[in-house]
Amino acid sequence: MDEILSQIFHIGFFAALIRIATPFILATIGELFAERSGVLNLGIEGIMLFGAMSGFTMAYFSNSLWLGVLAAMLTGMLMAILMGFLTVSLGLSQHVSGIGVTLLSTGFAFFFYRLIFGQPSTPPNIKAFTPVGIPVLMDIPWVGPVLFQQAALTYLALLLVPLSAFLLFQTPWGLNLRTVGENPHAADSAGVNVSAMRYQGLMISGALMGAAGAFLVMVQFNAFTFGVISGRGWVCIALVVFGQWGPWKSAAGALLFALIDALQLRLQASSAINLPYQVFLMMPFVLTIVTMTLVSRNARAPSALLKPFRKEER
Amino acid sequence: MHLRLELREHTPLWLNLALPFSAVLATLVLCSGLVALADANVIDAYSKLFLSAVSSRFNMVETFVKAAPLILTGLAVTVAFKAKFWNIGAEGQLLAGAMGAAFVGGIESLPTFSLVPLMIIFSAVCGACWALLPAVLRTRFKVDDVVTTLLLNFVIFYIMTALLDGPWKDPLSGYPDSPDIRMDAEFPILLRATRLHLGVLLSLVAAPLVWLLIRRTTLGFSISVVGENPEAAAYGGIPITRVLIYTALISGALAGLAGAGEVGGLHFQVMAGISPGYGYTGIVIAMLARLNPLGVVPAALFFAIVVTGAEAMSRATGVPVFLADVIQGTALVTMLIAQLFSTYRVRTHLSASE
Repeated sequence: MDEILSQIFHIGFFAALIRIATPFILATIGELFAERSGVLNLGIEGIMLFGAMSGFTMAYFSNSLWLGVLAAMLTGMLMAILMGFLTVSLGLSQHVSGIGVTLLSTGFAFFFYRLIFGQPSTPPNIKAFTPVGIPVLMDIPWVGPVLFQQAALTYLALLLVPLSAFLLFQTPWGLNLRTVGENPHAADSAGVNVSAMRYQGLMISGALMGAAGAFLVMVQFNAFTFGVISGRGWVCIALVVFGQWGPWKSAAGALLFALIDALQLRLQASSAINLPYQVFLMMPFVLTIVTMTLVSRNARAPSALLKPFRKEER
Repeated sequence: MHLRLELREHTPLWLNLALPFSAVLATLVLCSGLVALADANVIDAYSKLFLSAVSSRFNMVETFVKAAPLILTGLAVTVAFKAKFWNIGAEGQLLAGAMGAAFVGGIESLPTFSLVPLMIIFSAVCGACWALLPAVLRTRFKVDDVVTTLLLNFVIFYIMTALLDGPWKDPLSGYPDSPDIRMDAEFPILLRATRLHLGVLLSLVAAPLVWLLIRRTTLGFSISVVGENPEAAAYGGIPITRVLIYTALISGALAGLAGAGEVGGLHFQVMAGISPGYGYTGIVIAMLARLNPLGVVPAALFFAIVVTGAEAMSRATGVPVFLADVIQGTALVTMLIAQLFSTYRVRTHLSASE
């Protein structure tokens, strides 16, 4: 048992944990902005995939990873605007619209990837982002290699947590966004443009989901595969509930989830435990359901979540 | 002049029929842009997409064979969405049903005559059980059903592949497939020299039965009320929790039956790729049918044609086969928008007259 523990818990493990957590932090915070404004963005899974695909394609042809990230974020925003058109402008069911956006984005990702790259025997790949050490900080024993020798996108994701907490809770814009999600009629009476706020929340969510997809193809892997997201987006929906719609708690949830994921990867690799690898792959999903069960009873979602807003109807 | 929306008192029948057709038409127009982008002639590509399914008697029968699981998952989603039980898990429930059917179909000690009925029953039970879990989590612990049904799709898929890689692996083939079911367990073929099997008939019978259930029974009425107006349901003394549980069981059972048809009628074993997303297509079908069980049959046939035709189209014109996926997504979105016209009527007002 000691052997397994020492195999698992070393610096490399914790550095990997932060890396694994990055896309979850990005997409979960994204979803948080949408839900705080009153829209459940179930387009997440497809938007991440389409973002990963378009980001990869841009990076492949432009040889610039950052242009790739930008393309992924713009793609995400575009699909989020479609989500906004359906749920905000037309007031359609957020559940079904979200599934529609996911199916459509997934179709787009598959279609365009095949159209652009055909069916090569070896999938095309790109040179992935390499870790960038932050001078001085990276030399701190233990903390340095874990926190300060990461890919640039990871730093941005980590900075995003305090930034979004500030935006949501310390600025007038954040107050408006939250009011729109809690009581749109009050916000409307106070002169806030409910639809505009919801579109903004959604566009931020789409951009961050796209970035999460880009991270997966540009840091974690260096190629695009059809299964690159495989349920990660759905897990983020659960992480928002787990984090009680707050950026810090949601990010903590993402870290906890990444811990489970990193653990299952290590356990899979360790010869000490002999279980089918699918059991490990399944573990994150089972644990997500278990945690959802534990926290959902006391969860308090934004009051206007899932409710379309029409000025004349009260 | 400006536009405004007014609630309709009721929707005329012609409109109810016209909406899905308009949505499909809009979808095809929108997707023709992608066909052109792929450097193909739109007419050519679409004629390959739609005509290959009706080009021969064999292909026509094949379309029905392909439609069978789609009809059943479409019905599963229809029942669930009627009660606003957001079952996105028909995919996983189908896998549970397929495993149940393959398991029963492989038991040597069962008398021959009982095999097929037991497979059908057991697949429905397995599908229902897999849908029961998210329903219980929702009603007892307030866990969002969309997330749990989605996540459970992944869980059952990994359970299945773990079994197929391990204890349930076919010792003869060496592939990660289950052993073939007994010959006596194969569903009877209804039309000579085709693959039209009992499961197809089952799906076609299921549609009117589900229609009867929803329109003509107390439970069906309760399902609709719980979905449309839970406050009224509670006020009227309808046991919401129990209705939701029944809804989930029926929905899961229907999706499970789809698995039985695939195992008993087509593959005679379970393998990882047994469902190329039938459960998700079921959502699009249910919406296109406007949650009317009788509408599910033509909607499923349409997607069976698209999914089968996409291969032929791709081979002939080079348009990626994934056009079928884009068509599904677009159809769901256009149908959602089209539905607005059944609940609202667009009125134009001249500002001068106000």
